[in-house]
Amino acid sequence: MSSRLVRLAVIATVAGAFSGLFGVGGGTIIVPLLILWLGYAEREATGTSLAAIVGIAAIGAAAHGAYGNVHPGKALLIALPAVAGVVAGTALQQRIPERAVSGAFAVVLVVSAVGLVL
Amino acid sequence: MDPAELLAALAIGVAAGLAGGLIGVGGGVLFVPGLVLFLGLGQLDAQATSLLAVVLVGVVGAWRQGRYGNLRLRDGAIIGVLSPLGVLAGTVAANLASERLLQLSFAVVQLVFALQLARRAMRAPSEADSP
Repeated sequence: MSSRLVRLAVIATVAGAFSGLFGVGGGTIIVPLLILWLGYAEREATGTSLAAIVGIAAIGAAAHGAYGNVHPGKALLIALPAVAGVVAGTALQQRIPERAVSGAFAVVLVVSAVGLVL
Repeated sequence: MDPAELLAALAIGVAAGLAGGLIGVGGGVLFVPGLVLFLGLGQLDAQATSLLAVVLVGVVGAWRQGRYGNLRLRDGAIIGVLSPLGVLAGTVAANLASERLLQLSFAVVQLVFALQLARRAMRAPSEADSP
């Protein structure tokens, strides 16, 4: 097994555990690790992360579904506007310096974290 | 369902998709609080439901990035295929832990990610903008 494959396997396991625990796709783990550990450029890392997320989230959703925790109607309600958002977001990313967006998203994360604790 | 809450859920969806497209995540960090605050789900059900929404965002986002030439499908597929053990371990833990503990854990994770993103944002422009 090549060291590159080992690194991808480690990213997969860590991102998968985060996904199962926190109900996210694992992209916030995958993107930094692809850049820092596998030498990806930023846009490539984000594009590849989105593809990896499909497999991770599908498995997680199926596992949670077995416990009866998934609400498909509410998932669609929030996913359909998100699909429009991701088309716009990927288009914007080709034109905007990513670091500005990363800064804004850091603020969003802090606000969301505070909301969860309160 | 309250129309204001429905609008808020739609806005959260758009924001999550935009953020997902911009930084390569599925949007779960916004889906989960959105589902809890505006669509009346508990933390665990919100996390489970969010994953289904993330699948759709990932499919469309990866397709778009592929068209822009920013997708290494083989590596993405390897990560996706090799993730089940981690996913299942995390899912079992989510069903063992209290919802309050999950909320606090999630908040800590979000703050760690925020620091990470803030550091990226403060890098030298030439480094951050190089293709």
